[in-house]
Amino acid sequence: MKTNAGTPWYFLAPNMAVILLFTFVPIAINVYYAFTGGVNLYPSQRPSVGVENFSTLLDCGSYLDPSTCRKDVFWQSIWNTAKYAVFQVSLMVLFSLITALVLNRKIVGRGFWSGVFFYPVLLSPVVVALIWKWILQRDGLLNAAMVSMGSQPVLWLAEPGWAFFWVTFVSIWAHMGFYTLILLAGLQAIPGDLYEAAQLDKASPWRSLTRITLPLLLPNLMVVLVLALIKAVQTFDEVFVLTGGGPGSATTLVVQFIYQTGFVEPVRLYGIAAAGSLMLALALVALTLLQLRLSKADELGERAK
Amino acid sequence: MKSLNFLIRTRNGRSMDWTDWLSYAYLAMGLFLMFGPVLWLVLSSFKTEAALNEFPPSLLPYGQKSIAVPGEEKMKPVFRVTLPDGSTKELAELRRIGLTSTLVDPARPDDYVRVNVKDREPVREFKMATENYTDLSGKVSFGTYLWNSVFITVIATILTLLFNSMAAFALSKYKFSGRTAVFLLILGTLMVPPAIVLVPNFLVVSELGMLNSLWGVIWPAIATPTGVFLLRQYMLTIPDELLEAARMDHASEWQIYWRIVLPLAAPALAVLAIFSVMWRWNDFLWPLIVLSKNEKFTLQLALNAFQGDLVTQWNYLLAMTVITLLPITIVFAFLQKYITQGIASAGVK
Repeated sequence: MKTNAGTPWYFLAPNMAVILLFTFVPIAINVYYAFTGGVNLYPSQRPSVGVENFSTLLDCGSYLDPSTCRKDVFWQSIWNTAKYAVFQVSLMVLFSLITALVLNRKIVGRGFWSGVFFYPVLLSPVVVALIWKWILQRDGLLNAAMVSMGSQPVLWLAEPGWAFFWVTFVSIWAHMGFYTLILLAGLQAIPGDLYEAAQLDKASPWRSLTRITLPLLLPNLMVVLVLALIKAVQTFDEVFVLTGGGPGSATTLVVQFIYQTGFVEPVRLYGIAAAGSLMLALALVALTLLQLRLSKADELGERAK
Repeated sequence: MKSLNFLIRTRNGRSMDWTDWLSYAYLAMGLFLMFGPVLWLVLSSFKTEAALNEFPPSLLPYGQKSIAVPGEEKMKPVFRVTLPDGSTKELAELRRIGLTSTLVDPARPDDYVRVNVKDREPVREFKMATENYTDLSGKVSFGTYLWNSVFITVIATILTLLFNSMAAFALSKYKFSGRTAVFLLILGTLMVPPAIVLVPNFLVVSELGMLNSLWGVIWPAIATPTGVFLLRQYMLTIPDELLEAARMDHASEWQIYWRIVLPLAAPALAVLAIFSVMWRWNDFLWPLIVLSKNEKFTLQLALNAFQGDLVTQWNYLLAMTVITLLPITIVFAFLQKYITQGIASAGVK
């Protein structure tokens, strides 16, 4: 029996309809929003304003100093996101690497231990934020420990520096298990005879690490790094619940700026929010292309092994 | 000593050197850091409101001891009282007026003692405030939030499995022009996370009349690129001969999909189901935008709303947080191996 040429399209239709309606149409509308102004949600009632939304966002005395910008919170959020991405990603990948190296040793109960580090990954961002908010609040566990050691209690989430530290710390806590898992899989793919050969040559463990493990793990590390970056620039939930972006706008990230501009402010500037999204999208596309390139290199390396 | 050897034996039989000790120290610290905060949450959720306001907090949930006094309807709180003659005694407080407290020994209910309130100390005992949990449905519309979360999670997961597997079936078992293009188009949506199309998606959903409807949360994220990719890769390994044999027997294409390919793809479907449950149960930003009415809140939205209240009722908030993390914890406890394998192979979460 011959199959009808249209058959695969019937099977594809539901999935493609959803993608069309909730991804491609919105992308088009988003571009339209970005070039129109006013406070109306309905596209037909929105006057075209050209690139005004973008120029409003980009209008800055000095890009290094958000307070000189017309949309100071936007630039503050960009700098916050950049700072957050750099610290969160580098420290998280570092700790994931250390953890993966430890888990890759001959240890008793490896399944249990990897489960320990992975467990927070499954928790919802809201739950993660509440767990830590409860510990970090004024009369919380951490301040009790501080007082018992003779120091003054600290308002951890009300001081800009500390708030930023804890936002970074908590998101590392919540996500490092995922990256540990990927790196551990990479480590376990390194053939054991390489280490046996190194042992025969009386190479020190440190030398095995720097000459065998790290070079062979490098492709995985790069993929993990970019993946973590893609996630970091989109961060919203846990930071929003933990600090609400504050104190002031000390921990406001780009997605929160978009959310607040479009959905919280009394005057909802959809155009500005859409223009901000578009810029974020460009950054994400660039990062994703980088990731694709790296995973292709990764695959080629895999085959060469 | 010999019986303890297994503790310090490493897998290859040699005894532990300092790097092993360091490794286990690191893991122990990890255990403390990763599980400690969750454990603290669970312990705190069993404390009474009064105990939660104590500083410094006690590790375990303690509450004031209370005791039944003959002739009194309610249980009475127990205090350690310093009597005028300097001796101390544990007595039940009947009432307190101003600075004077009237106490009694339950064994001799007619023998009143009146003391200044500063001469009495509450007697504490280990006590789980289970009312934080049992009162939830009365104090907050907990049942509604739970139902909303479960509804979204279950329906969205079923639809995701159905739509994604149909698409994966088409992409893996048919040769047609445009196949690669469609596949790339689907994968391309990986680059469009919800955060980017918030505003226009809000318009689409409101035009479809799905604002403040659970369906407005369910539909937009059904067509996951991860799911299509995962299932397609798996279905490619199902031999085409099986399908050909079924066609010989005049099976329809739908029957081939439903009766042959789907059951064979069960392992991949299971992995996607776990992912989908996790995504939907934990989802926050999109529901936050679509659902603004209290009776439509999911658990995550309700938690967020409560913690933002002017006066946070931590005892209920903590109990609700524990209930929210419970299903995921149980799933993880039983399916850890599958979850970690699935994630390691797909490279997504």
